[in-house]
Amino acid sequence: MNALRRNVLKGAAGAGTVAVAVAAGLLRPTQALADVPRSAFEAKNVGDALKNMGASGLVDSKDITIKAPDIAENGAVVPVEVTSGIAGTTAIAILAEKNPTPLLADFGLMGGAAGYISTRIKMSQTSLVRAVVTAGGKSYTAAKEVKVTIGGCGG
Amino acid sequence: MAEPMRIRATMTGDVADVKVLMNHPMETGLRKDAKTGQLVPAHYITNVTATVNGGKVLDAGLSGGISKNPYLGFRVKGPKKGDKVVVNWTDNKGDKNSAEATIG
Repeated sequence: MNALRRNVLKGAAGAGTVAVAVAAGLLRPTQALADVPRSAFEAKNVGDALKNMGASGLVDSKDITIKAPDIAENGAVVPVEVTSGIAGTTAIAILAEKNPTPLLADFGLMGGAAGYISTRIKMSQTSLVRAVVTAGGKSYTAAKEVKVTIGGCGG
Repeated sequence: MAEPMRIRATMTGDVADVKVLMNHPMETGLRKDAKTGQLVPAHYITNVTATVNGGKVLDAGLSGGISKNPYLGFRVKGPKKGDKVVVNWTDNKGDKNSAEATIG
């Protein structure tokens, strides 16, 4: 049972990489991330999650700062702080790439809210923590690896 | 299920620093009960909104991947001391909670 589950997860992660490549050319035009459909939260890999949230043409940005520990002893509680220095930031989404459902949260910012979000996330295993920032209809991204000693998704 | 939520909001220059601590189990639906071996049903906050003086500043979607008893920090430019911050959440079972605080 457990071995099967491992294989299923591995398969999903592998498929995710392919999906990212495929998705890049096929995505819909960017929409406001504040209205992320629930399907994005249920997506089992990063490619599908990004596709369902309508994030296309992701551009790596040095103006996004992710503050998270290099090593998290307890994957159940990993503090993450995302600061976007990009003018006109309207949304910040946080993903843990190898979680069973990678999209953790999407924060729509408006009415004077600054490009800053601080929260605590669960991580099932060592993986990249990715922030996707929407500003002026475009999507920007940055990632930071967090090593997890004990996974936090139970099982 | 409506346990209290704690909010602290303080002004730093012209930016209000808001910290929210919600009380919620945040079950992903993937975890097994250690004793029974049964999956614990999913129960997590799906939506959080915040307003400052009635104007919306935050509209967030969450998944079960946010830690138990979620902590959320955000910053808003422009408000003054004494302004009111209201935070609402809704979970996947339809439970709701709301709390307010005064910016100090």
